[in-house]
Amino acid sequence: MSLRHRLDTVTEPIIERIIQLCGISAIVFVFGIFFFVFREGSDLLFRGFDLVEFLTSPQWYPDSVGHKRYGALALIAGTTSVTLLAMAIAVPFGLGAAIFISEFCSPKLRETFKIVIELLAAIPSVVWGFIGLTLMNELIITLFDAPIGLTVLNGGVILALMSVPVIVSIGEDSLKAVPDSYREAAEALGATRWQIIYRVLLPAAKNGLLAAVLLGIARGIGETMAVLMATGHAVKIPHSVLDSVRTLTATIAAELGEAPVHSDHYQVLFLIGVLLFTISFFINLAADLIIKGIGRK
Amino acid sequence: MSAPEKFSIETEKLNLWYDDFQALMNVSVKMKDGLITGLIGPSGCGKTTLLRCFNRVNERYGNVTTTGQIKILGKNIYDPDVSLPEMRKAVGMVFQRPNPLPISVYENIMFGLRIHSERASLKKSAADEIVEKSLTEVFLWDDLKDKLKKKATALQLEQQQKLCIARLLPLKPQVILMDEPCSSLDAESTRAIEEMMLNLAGRYTMVIVTHNMAQARRVSDECLFMLMGEVIEHSRTQSLFLTPRDSRTADYIEGRYG
Ligand SMILES: Nc1ncnc2c1ncn2[C@@H]1O[C@H](COP(=O)(O)OP(=O)(O)O)[C@@H](O)[C@H]1O
Ligand SMILES: [Mg+2]
Repeated sequence: MSLRHRLDTVTEPIIERIIQLCGISAIVFVFGIFFFVFREGSDLLFRGFDLVEFLTSPQWYPDSVGHKRYGALALIAGTTSVTLLAMAIAVPFGLGAAIFISEFCSPKLRETFKIVIELLAAIPSVVWGFIGLTLMNELIITLFDAPIGLTVLNGGVILALMSVPVIVSIGEDSLKAVPDSYREAAEALGATRWQIIYRVLLPAAKNGLLAAVLLGIARGIGETMAVLMATGHAVKIPHSVLDSVRTLTATIAAELGEAPVHSDHYQVLFLIGVLLFTISFFINLAADLIIKGIGRK
Repeated sequence: MSAPEKFSIETEKLNLWYDDFQALMNVSVKMKDGLITGLIGPSGCGKTTLLRCFNRVNERYGNVTTTGQIKILGKNIYDPDVSLPEMRKAVGMVFQRPNPLPISVYENIMFGLRIHSERASLKKSAADEIVEKSLTEVFLWDDLKDKLKKKATALQLEQQQKLCIARLLPLKPQVILMDEPCSSLDAESTRAIEEMMLNLAGRYTMVIVTHNMAQARRVSDECLFMLMGEVIEHSRTQSLFLTPRDSRTADYIEGRYG
């Protein structure tokens, strides 16, 4: 006891210190990364880079010899279209699954579903990209008689499958957090199962559900590998879901290796990084605030 | 009273098990129409269980088995043609912990009607009137008439519990079940709730579970003493407390059980 006790008095402060360092370093890393990306990207802004053109022109010709143009609009449209389609699929699907798991499943079935969902979340994105490149590609070509299956549709479906686990698990958590006494109260008043869901659970859990959706979107916007492989690599504003596109993230991944360090091209790619960083930061912040209930009132 | 006695609640050899633990044993009782019946007995004797049978909320738990008969207003509620929502509309329930829904005071009162009627068949003016009437019945109108939009879960406990009673009234229930409605309230709030119950007495058949002997004496017309899942004695409150027929009842009201 006494030896154990003395050991503890020595080791505990050390362990505490280590944990503290881990925590601090996580914060330092985040700021370090942001600083690094921002420094590389902002250098360009100080040299008179046209930010308006960057955000509004669809002309992305970083390799043109005579006239290099860095308009990211088509890339923004690529990210937006794939993410929107993904959310149009994943939100109803994910929320539906969350409701099903939390309200209609027996405890045993619920555990099974949660394990499956976790497995789904654990699939590496390159594997998803693979599925997009092979299976989905052929499926789209045969189903729609399209010349190529690497399209907004392909990327959107893949991304939806990747976002669903996020939406389901956070959505299910927030439904589970609704006190059972609310369900009981409504049931004792004669509400049917659907009325309980529609009139009690959804309003009571709406903050958590909204956060689930936002985090799903953030997942979609930030995803690189899978959409790079599934969307066909064409820099253009899509007119239908059967057009190929390229997203912001895919552009960075595809071009950064070839752009000479500190060249304009290189720095524009970092600027895209800043843009992505900002978007996900605000989405995550919004989700956080909503979860904490500051969104209320 | 010369008319033949009418019973709102009748049970016949009612047995109930949670898994293989028997919580109710051969309960056969008849509760008179329009009276307040008190349900007393030591903790764990099955009061809540019996009460929850009367509108079948017990079935929320997957592990419940019931045998026997329960007739509410003459109708066996276990008949296959019984519609649970309709039956629960007629048999309202108030829980031990106030459980208003996390919506406005106004919408709490209207909740029952909204789930039981066609969409849009409720006019705003009619709804306003119903809300005012229901809140007035439970003596809440003066306190809350300017706070109808306030979230019900933010009210004081006493107000929450009164609201839980008020939200039953628009459905015009015939029976109101209350499970220790005052157990989370202080003495003053308890008195206020009792006063409100007496205000409702006669118009509704009420069954009240209580731990509090004095409360049972104050508000109930008849009393039912339970012990270990069995009904030991059922008689007029006066005689149950003054001249109990069973020695176990006597022991309990004299405080010899927990
Ligand atoms: N959901 C349940 N599952 C298993 N046993 C239960 C459940 N609810 C109550 N019981 C048991 O049934 C008995 C009666 O409980 P209850 O009706 O709550 O008693 P009271 O309301 O008189 O205190 C107790 O022994 C209790 O442990
Ligand atoms: Mg109880």
